[in-house]
Amino acid sequence: MLRDTYKDEIEEILSRYPVKRSALIPLLYMAQRDHGYVSESAMKEIAQLLGLTPPQVYETITFYTMFNLKPVGKFHIQVCKSLMCALVGSDTVLEWIKAKLGIGPGESTPDRLFSLCLVECLAACGTGPMMQINDDYYERLTEEKLDRILSDLRSTGTSALKSGPFMWPEPVTVKGER
Amino acid sequence: MPQHELILLKNMMQPGYTGSLADYEKAGGYQALRTTLGKVAPADVTTAVRKSGLRGRGGAGFPTGVKWGFLPKDYHGPRYLCCNADESEPGTFKDRQLMERDPHQMLEGIVLACYAIGAESAYIYIRGELVLCAKLLEQAIDEARTAGYIGKNILGTGINVDVWVHRGAGAYICGEETALLESLEGKRGLPRIKPPFPATHGLYNKPTVVNNVETLANLPHILARGADWFASIGSPPKSTGTRVFCVSGHVKRPGNYEVPMGVTFRELVYEHAGGMRSNKPIKAFIPGGASAPFLTPAHLDVKLDFESVAAAGSMLGSGGVTVMEEGTSMVWAALRLMEFFYHESCGKCSPCREGSSWLVQTMRRILAKRGRMEDLETLSDLCKNIAGRTVCAFGDAEVAPIQGTLKYWREEYVALIREAEAANLIMPEPAGVKH
Repeated sequence: MLRDTYKDEIEEILSRYPVKRSALIPLLYMAQRDHGYVSESAMKEIAQLLGLTPPQVYETITFYTMFNLKPVGKFHIQVCKSLMCALVGSDTVLEWIKAKLGIGPGESTPDRLFSLCLVECLAACGTGPMMQINDDYYERLTEEKLDRILSDLRSTGTSALKSGPFMWPEPVTVKGER
Repeated sequence: MPQHELILLKNMMQPGYTGSLADYEKAGGYQALRTTLGKVAPADVTTAVRKSGLRGRGGAGFPTGVKWGFLPKDYHGPRYLCCNADESEPGTFKDRQLMERDPHQMLEGIVLACYAIGAESAYIYIRGELVLCAKLLEQAIDEARTAGYIGKNILGTGINVDVWVHRGAGAYICGEETALLESLEGKRGLPRIKPPFPATHGLYNKPTVVNNVETLANLPHILARGADWFASIGSPPKSTGTRVFCVSGHVKRPGNYEVPMGVTFRELVYEHAGGMRSNKPIKAFIPGGASAPFLTPAHLDVKLDFESVAAAGSMLGSGGVTVMEEGTSMVWAALRLMEFFYHESCGKCSPCREGSSWLVQTMRRILAKRGRMEDLETLSDLCKNIAGRTVCAFGDAEVAPIQGTLKYWREEYVALIREAEAANLIMPEPAGVKH
């Protein structure tokens, strides 16, 4: 039960809003954190916590693309396919991933390590092509970088190539140059 | 390269600047808060912002001070400020940088705005994908709370402002201000019918102001250096200040560039963004995010201000400038954007919901060289019947890519259809349909 595992967190989330229903999206994120998707029982419990009916929770969760209703891979790869990334090669990135992992959009590898999907603009248009894996952004992708990211994730569960606080172009120290 | 004074990106351009509270204070941060809270009347803050000419940086360009002025004066219940950090307009990536590299600049703006409108609660509605950004903002809020800039009795003035980060969950439409409010209330992000406007009936039906990240980040500077100073920058009287333009596409140095409003696209693309990445000339550019109709190289000398871009038949929008080189298929480019709008249509209004799907199907058919000449008529007709017939501005936005490309590159559509005709690849007439 969520209310046993996350008692303090639930209380803190509820304290932010004068109206309980506002806590719905934050609570759904909390429920999704452990298993990568939101189960039906979690939805029912959240409905109860907020004084909503299960359909009210369901109608909301299905509006938002970031909630998964089915299990996804341990590393959920989301490749941006919008025009700005497509102009600088996102279709090629998709082909690389397909070839390297043997899966297409909407599929997972048999070991459930990776799943792949295509998404619309992630607000990183100046540093495309890019993808998001779980919480992290990976930008200015090349094939070499992609190889390293996938192998890092396989071996350590994280990759140093993920983006830090964003600034592009980066500041330079030489005066008058960018 | 012409040198302009940077306002919003100035701090983060300093080597070693981390965006921490200590760094921000050292750069003069939170001084505007100290000299304003409890010392300048809230109404005078609104007047100053109105006099500065600051207009919303999210897309619509509505004058910020005027927006604040719509809040009811005689209402004494709770009021809310929502910071629109749901940066989702394709081509736009400035707010992410403003928040991740200098969060306190925006937070100071939030507290100042709350003071001006009499709000004690502010929600930063940030797009769900920006997990790192949300974390950095929460850290910055904690720092500011500990230092007494946020929370109860700010700097001993008796003024309370609390700020929370609320993550969205992947819906473009939630950048529309009333959809944002619905989403913040824990519902599907469907835009509301206006009026009533958020100024009187906003979050939880209470008076609410929704302002963009960049708009709010300008406030400390306006209050520290004066409305007249700000109003003298850029392209007065209607487009004052600087803007952070996001340049993407086929340029040498894509990225965020802060320039005074009124410089030309040519300067932005060729001097700041380094020109085209290869030797191919520029073929087309989008001046203000995916919702703005495409422009041609003939428009490169148009000034980057609200009026000039509108006069050229497009809009300055969110400041996302996407450049395409010669050789890019305009039908393909328009389809990519159309697919975006099709995916993001919230489904509330039939013209947009059904029309976007119809537009995508027709465009796909043309691009696959299976179109017919009547399809062009269908496209124009659909566009006319979507724009202006929906609850929010999404309907006008989604037809922009097609209308713009049909206007300037109609021959590309025609060429694809002629190929279909020549190869006899036209889709067969559906059974039972009479013309």
